Amino acid sequence: MAANGSPKPEPMAAKKASPDLLNSSFSFKSLKLKTKQQELLLRVSILGLVYVLAFIARLFSVLRYESMIHEFDPYFNYRTTLFLTEKGFYEFWNWFDSESWYPLGRIIGGTLYPGLMVTAALIYWTLRFLRFFVHIREVCVLTAPFFASNTTLVAYFFGKEIWDTGAGLVAAALIAICPGYISRSVAGSYDNEAVAIFALLLTFYLFVKAVKTGSLSWALGSAFGYFYMVSAWGGYVFIINLVPLYVLVLLITGRYSMRLYVAYNCMYILGMLLAMQIRFVGFQHVQSGEHMAAMGVFLLMQVFYFLDWVKHQLNDTKLFQTFLRITVTSAILVGGIALGVGTASGYISPWTGRFYSLLDPTYAKDHIPIIASVSEHQPTAWSSFMFDYHILLFLFPAGLYFCFKRLSDATIFIVMYGLTSLYFAGVMVRLILVATPAVCLISAIAVSATVKNLTSLLRTKQKVPQTGSAKGVGSSKSSSKVTLDQSQPFHKNGAIALLVGVFYLLSRYAIHCTWVTSEAYSSPSIVLAARGAHGNRIIFDDYREAYYWLRQNTPTDAKVMSWWDYGYQITAMGNRTVIVDNNTWNNTHIATVGRAMSSYEDEAYDIMRSLDVNYVLVVFGGVTGYSSDDINKFLWMVRIGGGVYPVIKEPDYLVNGEFRVDKGASPKMLNCLMYKLCYYRFGELVTEYGKPTGYDRARGVEIGNKDIKLEHLEEAYTTSNWIVRIYRVKPPTNRL
Amino acid sequence: MKKNSSVVVDLLLLLLAITVLATPAFSDLVLSKVERRIDVTSQIARVTKTLKVVNSGSESVSEFTLTFPKFLGNNLAYLSVSHSEGKGKAKRSLANLSVKEAHPKGMPDSISFYSVSLPKPLSKGDTLTLEVVAAFTNVLQPFPEKITQRDIHLVMLQESAQYLSPYVVESQSLSIKLPNARIESYSKLENTKVQGSEIKYGPYKNLAQYSYAPIVVHFESKAAFAVAEKLVREIEVSHWGNVQVTEHYNLVHRGAQLKGEFSRLEYQDRPNPQGVSAFRHLLARLPPRAHSIYYRDDIGNISTSQMQSDSKKTELLIEPRFPLFGGWKTFFTIGYGLPLSDFLFASEGKRFLDISFGSPMIDLVTEKLIVQVVLPEGSKDISVTTPFAVKQSHEIKYSHLDIAGRPVVVLEKNNVVPDHNQKIQVYYKFSNINLLSEPLMLITGFFVLFITCIIYTRADFSISKSSAAYLAKLQWDEVLATLQEVQNIIQKCLAAHDKLEASLRDLSRTGDIQTCKAARKSTDSLLKDLSKELRPLLASLQSFPSASQISPKVEELVAKERELQEKLMAKHTTVVEGYEKKSSGRDIENRIASQQQKIIALRQEVDDLLEFIDEI
Repeated sequence: MAANGSPKPEPMAAKKASPDLLNSSFSFKSLKLKTKQQELLLRVSILGLVYVLAFIARLFSVLRYESMIHEFDPYFNYRTTLFLTEKGFYEFWNWFDSESWYPLGRIIGGTLYPGLMVTAALIYWTLRFLRFFVHIREVCVLTAPFFASNTTLVAYFFGKEIWDTGAGLVAAALIAICPGYISRSVAGSYDNEAVAIFALLLTFYLFVKAVKTGSLSWALGSAFGYFYMVSAWGGYVFIINLVPLYVLVLLITGRYSMRLYVAYNCMYILGMLLAMQIRFVGFQHVQSGEHMAAMGVFLLMQVFYFLDWVKHQLNDTKLFQTFLRITVTSAILVGGIALGVGTASGYISPWTGRFYSLLDPTYAKDHIPIIASVSEHQPTAWSSFMFDYHILLFLFPAGLYFCFKRLSDATIFIVMYGLTSLYFAGVMVRLILVATPAVCLISAIAVSATVKNLTSLLRTKQKVPQTGSAKGVGSSKSSSKVTLDQSQPFHKNGAIALLVGVFYLLSRYAIHCTWVTSEAYSSPSIVLAARGAHGNRIIFDDYREAYYWLRQNTPTDAKVMSWWDYGYQITAMGNRTVIVDNNTWNNTHIATVGRAMSSYEDEAYDIMRSLDVNYVLVVFGGVTGYSSDDINKFLWMVRIGGGVYPVIKEPDYLVNGEFRVDKGASPKMLNCLMYKLCYYRFGELVTEYGKPTGYDRARGVEIGNKDIKLEHLEEAYTTSNWIVRIYRVKPPTNRL
Repeated sequence: MKKNSSVVVDLLLLLLAITVLATPAFSDLVLSKVERRIDVTSQIARVTKTLKVVNSGSESVSEFTLTFPKFLGNNLAYLSVSHSEGKGKAKRSLANLSVKEAHPKGMPDSISFYSVSLPKPLSKGDTLTLEVVAAFTNVLQPFPEKITQRDIHLVMLQESAQYLSPYVVESQSLSIKLPNARIESYSKLENTKVQGSEIKYGPYKNLAQYSYAPIVVHFESKAAFAVAEKLVREIEVSHWGNVQVTEHYNLVHRGAQLKGEFSRLEYQDRPNPQGVSAFRHLLARLPPRAHSIYYRDDIGNISTSQMQSDSKKTELLIEPRFPLFGGWKTFFTIGYGLPLSDFLFASEGKRFLDISFGSPMIDLVTEKLIVQVVLPEGSKDISVTTPFAVKQSHEIKYSHLDIAGRPVVVLEKNNVVPDHNQKIQVYYKFSNINLLSEPLMLITGFFVLFITCIIYTRADFSISKSSAAYLAKLQWDEVLATLQEVQNIIQKCLAAHDKLEASLRDLSRTGDIQTCKAARKSTDSLLKDLSKELRPLLASLQSFPSASQISPKVEELVAKERELQEKLMAKHTTVVEGYEKKSSGRDIENRIASQQQKIIALRQEVDDLLEFIDEI
């Protein structure tokens, strides 16, 4: 920087400071010619780093365990993707799967969102075309991190659209490592949400852009984004309700414009037509109650436009007022009548249970136990908000403040997205995911605006001492400046302190995110890991042991009965037919299995015979202390079974409203099929030193029925840690 | 039971056939001494025979015939005959003799014949010692065929106590080595002895041709009856220094089948675990320096394996996901890399891969072995030499970045035992240039990608060149360019000001008025030029309608700059005059103080304006 000053002879010591400063500022200015490029370079490299970071932060599970598919639903997705890549798209579309829901079967092509599978298959085919012969499993495992990386890009552009590039960059960085998003997008978590969040954010971004510019092409883009979202996840209902709501708010607040008209009409009509191409969605856009809001707003917009036009034509305000009154009343009347007739005639289906349970959190608990039984459908605890959002939780209100301070069409959208999704996140744990992008964006606005304010405060201050010293020749004349300076050290120090605070918070956030990702969200849940007595890592690979045993050592047409949680895994890993699986489309069928599990053995035997069951699989954690086993899920089986078959009554399994498995348990509990299958010969086993035989480590009690005899079933296989137990259903004995 | 009864029928047929045999169809050889040892400690029955052959006829003989009962001959996996010379410790065995299956006419079907060509014709009265090693699979029949988890595993061996031969045998003995001393039953003939885990029959003297004395031994076997129904070994050669071996096993336990329950409780019972008939693990002896070993199956990695390695070998102890009971199956894959230099050699302008044929597993029987040797892309003139007959075919395999595909040599052989673990050689020609093709492809790919990016950013892709938006964009670009130039000029002016200031400082230090004046002159001309340059720019900026918001600011900037310039000149003149009049420093300072303050304020304003313009 001081290169310009050096050829000159040695300056006098007293004046040394000023020429240096002058020179340095001069050479800095000569560099300033490239500031634009410098900024671009900086931005691109930050984005590139964020992109890579988002990808590699999600690879913990691959490093800790292996490149494998996680959890339950991803196994189904993996199986269908495998089918798609092997048999082609048309076979996939027409696939009738006889391996699940025996004896009903399932029309896979018509009952799933194909977006994820098609995406993975396209990536796979592209790589093959480019002569990279990768395994489809690797593609599936890495799809989620790849799309998470893409989401950061969308977040950047979205942030840029609603605030400025700084906010965009911060949003990209925040969303790249936000635990709320990582929880559903680690490597191996090959689920619909993995691509859906990308599609959701993309649709919103393109729509906001369309509203901002009034350009047809952006609206078209957002329609395609919506189509992709519809093809990928059932959560598209959120878009099709939020967008009309937003439009409505803009209408009410008097922000109606031609831009909005173009954007919404194009997006809605094209998006609707495109969405109808997905077989699972079909005509729901015109027939289902959940989609009626969008249609209503669409019609309202036409009325609004018409009125606008009439107002333009009529000069008489009074005439217009009456006209307005007539039109609005008749429009509302016609709409109301159409809706009423549609609903009454059954053309428009009423809201589904899931939708109800979103609006009324207690609905599922009372009416649909099968939705309430899923842990990710529970209302969210405060701790999990803190866990998933960390500092974003209080940056969010700050961001809202900034948004309200600078209201525009875009900020109104993000505010509405943030508030509605945060409400839904409070209703259901899994919807934290949907709220995450909004929370990240709004928090990014807070961070970016704060930092910008603080640094500009610092920068203006830096100039004053510079000018002060530049006039060093006339040193005594600076008294007027000194009075100006007096208020500034306080400002400056305050700004510095605040900046340090912001960076401290952000670094805490980064540390928290890394910790959460590595400790909580990177476990595949199919392989369990524990720490041994000497700090060594112990792996319980019992699930795969059992599924592989099924795959290798049972007849290929064997039917396996288990609780629905394990259905997808059994079909994908065990390659055997199951009675029920995680696609809980038939409540009666699940209730039948629940009833079999909670009946006495001979009653259950009749049910199993009628379902043609050859093997029964139960998950049991009594030996290892694994708590999410079938005994702990048992009450849900009773409830779901009892919901359809009133012979099953929950109180029969409880003692004074308490669920127990020890000696004090109810006799029905001690002799039902599930109890027998879990504890068969467990009474002879010593699980823990110093405890009696048959001590259940998951529940910490000695079991109540140690002498279990099975009449119609026999133990076929039990895994090395007893976590999965498989029983063979004996053929009926000959009648004499 | 069905299998056993069929064996019994076989035996009856065999006896019948032997009695029917009338004339000695074979030459006048006599076996003066036959020693047979049968080792059944593993699932493979390994028979070692020492035959002392004497030619008692008149003609010299060049062929020798070996016979086995058909039920053994069908299960013969490996047969090798060698002849040895000398006696006692000095005995040395010579090269293997060629053996082929023979079908002499008029012989019953129940006997398998193998003809051995002798190294040199055996003339009258000469003797020759032959060493025969034969390995049979599936001859140990589990009996009973189904057992529960608590039962011990019993197997049955059927053989003949007397050596079945087309020649007269003068003396023969048989010893059967069992895995342990627990013998359920055995056929008692004359001269039968049991010594620990060994049963001895004989010696029997002067047996006629085709003598046959069936015996059955029923004993306990704890050996793993691990059979690979199908094993695919893929050996991929990479000239980047690695030989990757991938082996896919379809494994089954061919012992007595498990009936009834499998009880984990009893299986894990500490003091006396039940279920001894199951096997938990398999041992693979891999070549030394094997690396990157993995062990997985269709659904993922299997974490239960242990490895030990030293300079001689690498031992891999693998445990299937579940213990294998009789009749249970599993499938898994193991893979490992080997250093290329240990296995690839060059000879006569060709390269050859020298690698073992069979599976590295100990005591594993492979029913169908497929070895696929994948050679690098561009290999030519491929040929294979194997020590025994195999079925050969060729395929093409596509791997990363392949265009033509890699040539694959496929070798197939049924019923493979560890004795087949001999080296095979695959010869091929490969030019080193081909090594570079894949990196070059990658480089080209990225190059093309970057070029496209450059073209995309540089070229104008808008469809309608006359649309208002497009024109406005073009104009805006021009405005920005003009602004940039204006800024540049202003910056230059400011730099000139700085130079002027510097000359003043020099003056105050050195008092050299001439230099200062010269500096003033050059700066003056420079500033004049710059203002000349500035004029057309300002005019063009004003002509753009889209710049209407900016141009006032720019004009303000230019005006302020000019004012600053004037003030600076005035100050310069004052100072220089002061020096010429030799006024004191303080005096000059006092005189220019007011000017100085204005200059600083103006400079500040100019900087602010510049910053503002910069942010557009």
